[in-house]
Amino acid sequence: MGISLPNPGEAHIHGVIVPEEQALEEAARQLLMAKVPTIFPGPLVLWAWNEKAAKKATAIRHLYETIKECVTPQQQAMLIPMPDYRPKYPKINPEVEINPNHPNLTIWHNKIDCCMFVGVHCHQANLSLKIIRGGTSCYTIAMCAQAGHEDAMLSFRDASAEKIMRLAEWVRKLKGTVKVSQVVSKSGASN
Amino acid sequence: METTSVIGTKNKKGQVYTDPRVMMNEAPRTPSFFTGSEVIKEAVRRASVDVMIAYPITPQSEAAALIGELFAEGYIGDYFRGESEFAVMSECAGAAFGGARVFTTTAGPGTMRAMENFPMWAGARLPIQCIVTCRGINSPLSIQPDTLEISYLMQTGMLVWHAETAQDFYDWIMKGYMVSEEPDVHLPLALCCDGFFVTHTKDVVNLTPVDMCLPPYDPYRSPVPCMDMECPPVRMMRDPFVMKSNYISYATHASWQQEVWAAIERSRKHTIAWLDGLIETENVDADVLIVSSGTAVSQGREAIRLLDDEGIRVGLVKVKTLRPWPGEEIREATKNAKYIVVPEFNVFGWMAREIKASIPNSDRVIAGPRVCGGMTMPPEIIVEQIKHALGIRSATLAGRGS
Repeated sequence: MGISLPNPGEAHIHGVIVPEEQALEEAARQLLMAKVPTIFPGPLVLWAWNEKAAKKATAIRHLYETIKECVTPQQQAMLIPMPDYRPKYPKINPEVEINPNHPNLTIWHNKIDCCMFVGVHCHQANLSLKIIRGGTSCYTIAMCAQAGHEDAMLSFRDASAEKIMRLAEWVRKLKGTVKVSQVVSKSGASN
Repeated sequence: METTSVIGTKNKKGQVYTDPRVMMNEAPRTPSFFTGSEVIKEAVRRASVDVMIAYPITPQSEAAALIGELFAEGYIGDYFRGESEFAVMSECAGAAFGGARVFTTTAGPGTMRAMENFPMWAGARLPIQCIVTCRGINSPLSIQPDTLEISYLMQTGMLVWHAETAQDFYDWIMKGYMVSEEPDVHLPLALCCDGFFVTHTKDVVNLTPVDMCLPPYDPYRSPVPCMDMECPPVRMMRDPFVMKSNYISYATHASWQQEVWAAIERSRKHTIAWLDGLIETENVDADVLIVSSGTAVSQGREAIRLLDDEGIRVGLVKVKTLRPWPGEEIREATKNAKYIVVPEFNVFGWMAREIKASIPNSDRVIAGPRVCGGMTMPPEIIVEQIKHALGIRSATLAGRGS
C-alpha cells in the first residue's frame, strides 16, 4: 500500500517507476534465475471469451514454451491456472490450480520462487499478491492489463499480447547469461 | 465495447460522448442560476447514468424527483423508487454488479439506515455514486443541516468528498465518476454536501454544454468480474469467508480489507489531477488558519473578510476530500500556523480529530466553533474564536462570555 503506480509506457520494480523495457529485461532475468518460474493465467485469458483474450492466451503459451526452452534441466517451468475466484474448500489441489484466497498453498507446495500473474482481475490479483508477499519468499511479477499492481515486486500495465511476446523475446535474449538462484528460504521457495 | 471508442458519437438524446477532460476543462461554460438540487439534475443529465434509484428523504427528495424527470425525458436508462434506503442501496449494488453506472441520493437517517450496504459496496468494488445531503441523524428528529453522518461514512471504505458550493457539486458529480471508475480505484463515492445550505439555495453555477456527456461506464475495466452470463464462468464466492474459522479465511479477509483501503490511497493520483489537489489554500503563511470542509469553509471565508477589516490576517485550508484524507497536504499547509481553527457543523468534531491525528503539535488545533442540530454558523463566532485564541477582547456573543 502506498506506492504510485506507473503511467503508460512505464512499469515499476520494487515500487520504483522505470521504463517498460527495463522492467521487461528484469522480469526475464527473474524468470530465468528462478528454480521454478511459474505463470499463473487467470480467467480473463483462459476462456477465449473474445478475440483479444484468445490472442493473449496464445502469447502466454508462447512465453511458457520459451521459458521452458531457455532454462536448465535443473529448473522447472510451470504454468498453473487460476480458473476462478471462489474459495476452494475443504482443500485446494495446489498441483493443478492456484486460488486468490490461499495462493500461498500453491507457492509452497510447488516451491515456486518466481511467478507471473496475467489475466487475473485486479482485485483478485492484489489479494493474491498481498498473501504471497506476506507468507512466502516468491518473487512476484504482474502483467496487468489495467493500471498495474503495487503489491507485485515488478508490475507492468496495459498488458497486451505484443507485450507478452516482447517478454518472451527478452527471455530468449538472456538465455544462458543468468545464474540460477541457490538461495532456499524456510518457506521452500527460493530467490 | 471500450469507452474511448464511442467518443465523438451521439447517444439517443443527441448528446455527444466527449473526452471527459475536454468536457470538464476546455468546453465553454454557461452561467446559470440554480439550486443545488437542480444542479444535481443538470450534472446527472450529462453523466451518462444507466440507473438511478430513489427514495424520499429531506433534503435530497427534490433532487431525486428531478432525476425522475430526466428519466421521463430519456436521459437515464432506468429509474425507480426503492422500498427503503436499505433497499435502495442494495438495489444499487445489484445494478452495479451487472455493469451499470449507478447514481443515488440520500440524507441523514437514510444514510444510517442504509449503512450496512456501504462497506459492502466498497468490498465488492462497486463504483456507485451516492449523493449525501447531510442533515441531523439523531433524536429528537431534525431535518436541518448537520454533518455527523459523514463521520460514519469515512470508515466504510468509500471515497468521501465534501462539496462546499453548488459549483463543486456540479463538477464533482462528473469528476467523481472519472475517479471512482478507474480500475485501480473502482470504489463507491459518497459525495456529500451540507443539506439546505447547498441543496435549497440558489447560486450561479457554470454549466458544461448540454449537448456533451461523459463516455459510458465500461464494466470490463473493473478489477472484479461483472456479472455477465455470456462471459467467463467466474464465481466470486460460494462460501463466505465469515463462515470459516481458520487462518486462511482470516488472511483472505484481512487482505481484502487492506486492498479496499489501498484503493482509496491509489485514488489520490487521479483525484489530485481532477480536483486540482485534495485541498485548496489561501494565505497559509498567516499565524492563524481556518481549516474545514463543506459550507463551514464558506463561513470561514466570511470570517476572514471580517477579520481583515480589523487588520487581522487569517489563512484558509479548504479540505475537499475526506477519503482519501489529505494528511500530508494539511501537514505542509499548517506547518507554520500557530493556531488552527476548525469550524464544524456537528457536535462531535470529526474534522478536528482527523486534523489532530495528522499534524505535529496538535495542541495548535482549536476544535471549534461547532454548531449542530441545524443551527447556522454566524461568521462572528469564528471571528470570536480566533480573537480569543489571539488574546484579543471581543464583543460577547449570546451565552458565550468573553
